[in-house]
Amino acid sequence: MEMWITQLFNGLSVSSILLLIALGLSITFGLMGVINMAHGEFIMIGSYAAYLTQNAFKELPKSMFDTYFLVALPASFLVAFAVGYLLENLLIRHLYGRPLDSLLATWGVGLVLQQIARSIFGAPNVAVNSPSWLNGGLHVMDGIDLPYKRLFILALVSVCLAAMYVYINRSHSGRRMRAVMQNREMAACLGISTRRVDGMTFAIGSGIAGVAGCALTLIGPIGPNIGTYYIVDAFMVVVLGGVGKLVGTVLGALGIGVFNTMFEWWSTASLGKVFVFLCIVAFLQWKPKGLFAVRTRQLD
Amino acid sequence: MTGLWSDRKRLWLMLGYAAAAAALFAAPLYLSDFRLNLLAKFLAFAIVALGLDLLWGYTGVLSLGHGVFFGLGAYAMGMHLKLAASGGRLPDFMDWSGLTNLPWFWQPFKSFPAAVLLGLLIPSLLALFLGFFTFRNRIKGVYFTILTQALVIIVTTLFIGQQAYTGGTNGLTGFTKLLNHPLRSDGMKIALYLSTVIALIVAYALCRYLTKSRMGKVLRAIRDGENRVRFLGYDPATYQMATFAVSGALAGLAGMLFVLHVGIISPSMMGIVPSIEMILWVAIGGRGTLVGALIGVLALNYAKSGLSEAYPEIWTIFLGALFIVVTVFLPGGIVDLIRKGTASVRKKTGRGNEHEPGAHPVLRGSNRSV
Repeated sequence: MEMWITQLFNGLSVSSILLLIALGLSITFGLMGVINMAHGEFIMIGSYAAYLTQNAFKELPKSMFDTYFLVALPASFLVAFAVGYLLENLLIRHLYGRPLDSLLATWGVGLVLQQIARSIFGAPNVAVNSPSWLNGGLHVMDGIDLPYKRLFILALVSVCLAAMYVYINRSHSGRRMRAVMQNREMAACLGISTRRVDGMTFAIGSGIAGVAGCALTLIGPIGPNIGTYYIVDAFMVVVLGGVGKLVGTVLGALGIGVFNTMFEWWSTASLGKVFVFLCIVAFLQWKPKGLFAVRTRQLD
Repeated sequence: MTGLWSDRKRLWLMLGYAAAAAALFAAPLYLSDFRLNLLAKFLAFAIVALGLDLLWGYTGVLSLGHGVFFGLGAYAMGMHLKLAASGGRLPDFMDWSGLTNLPWFWQPFKSFPAAVLLGLLIPSLLALFLGFFTFRNRIKGVYFTILTQALVIIVTTLFIGQQAYTGGTNGLTGFTKLLNHPLRSDGMKIALYLSTVIALIVAYALCRYLTKSRMGKVLRAIRDGENRVRFLGYDPATYQMATFAVSGALAGLAGMLFVLHVGIISPSMMGIVPSIEMILWVAIGGRGTLVGALIGVLALNYAKSGLSEAYPEIWTIFLGALFIVVTVFLPGGIVDLIRKGTASVRKKTGRGNEHEPGAHPVLRGSNRSV
């Protein structure tokens, strides 16, 4: 029983990070038909932004240090947001509607960003000290301790998700985003600047990846290729959940995260991945477009 | 006039092929040992590139998983070489991992013909398996690409995880002889090089035959409009599966030759980065033309061995920048550049026709099947 709950909690915590990463991917893919292989590098940018914030706070009086994380979170978001906006303007906008080409070009971008990070911060991983108020865990009952860090990540992801939901469904610019997603030409006819919407969407997706990177610093050390560990799993979430639907991404992330931890618990880490992959391929036999496909009668 | 022109063009083309083949066969006479080995390795890569081009350039299916097929072929040959080197005893890494008997799936690799056969069959069967479950359900385009990428992650984690059966991160190495001849002798090196050249020529002939045949036309039709092909009564899935399987077998063949030249195979040589690099060979040479794939392999690998020796630190920046430049500015690759160059020269000298077979819509990137 205790083992089950612990495993479920671990799965949930893996899912939540996957969710944060896949959110941006799913939106950019759905909106612009762009596969962003450099998305993992925005995680890296977010992590390093958190690392730099931490270093800056080390200069301040010691009592202030624990508050660094509250600054690191928005800092990660903003830095990744800015880099994402820049990238969209320089490169991505030439690749709209060409998913395969965008996949290759952004992979190149990822390589360049990784190498730049390696040149600046060095190839070895660096550690970020998590704030002391996140040490320890919540004692539920005998044999079950839920670490505060993971609880914090869960809460953070919930907040991000809620904010995303409100943004997409309630805000003015979120409505424009959905309009562009559903029918780009019609939206443009009605006076929406699709260029601006594209840029903002890509930047927001990147910013969320940055937040994910910041959250990852709580779990372990960070390095130049931290993003590549998560990127393929995040893509599987998108494929499983269906493109451009918030619900699909949430369920996809939950499914992959929980099943992955369960399978790894029953077998070994390497076999667990194989099982998850086989499950996804089997599932796609049933629903080739993922859990929630945007219905369309369009044919090529 | 045009007939005469095309005949002359054909003649030049045949002469070019003959000269290239002659230069390849004569390479041991004028290249140093090191250079010959390097060329042999690149020619092995060229075989993968041909298969990839058949799949991506002609059929429009992008696989980021060819590192796996390459690796499976390489492991098949590596297992045979390892068993030959151990001389009837258990391979050393199995001993360290505490195995006492040879696992059953290692048994067939004791014989050389079986190893070669399996090196071709296993990759193509895996490709067929994956293709059966994806193409039949019309999982295509980017979805397929992402699935193949997941396949790479899975197979590499599997190979690293099953240390006792695969040698783990270190892979297989320490090979000494092939068919009772020492692997590192001069005669053996030349023989291996020549067999690579022959394998490449056979692979090229096969791909050329396929693309010129009716099947090649269907493949291009699938690339340009899959649903229209379906409406005409063809089943695109069968063609895609067949192409994927052939392409996987070619990658397996290349892997086998690669191990013979390099003497080591490890999971890092079949991971995501090598798989994507393979795509770059085809992209930079020019997808949709077989010669382009060959040009891309040789150009990029020579550039890589030169640049990575000179600038080991920033080589990956070059690689990344190359990806961006090629996909954004040069979707047709080197071949397209050459084609445009000769067309403009011909126009200036007043010969030739204006109806050059230009880049296909796919090459311009209007692959809209999201």
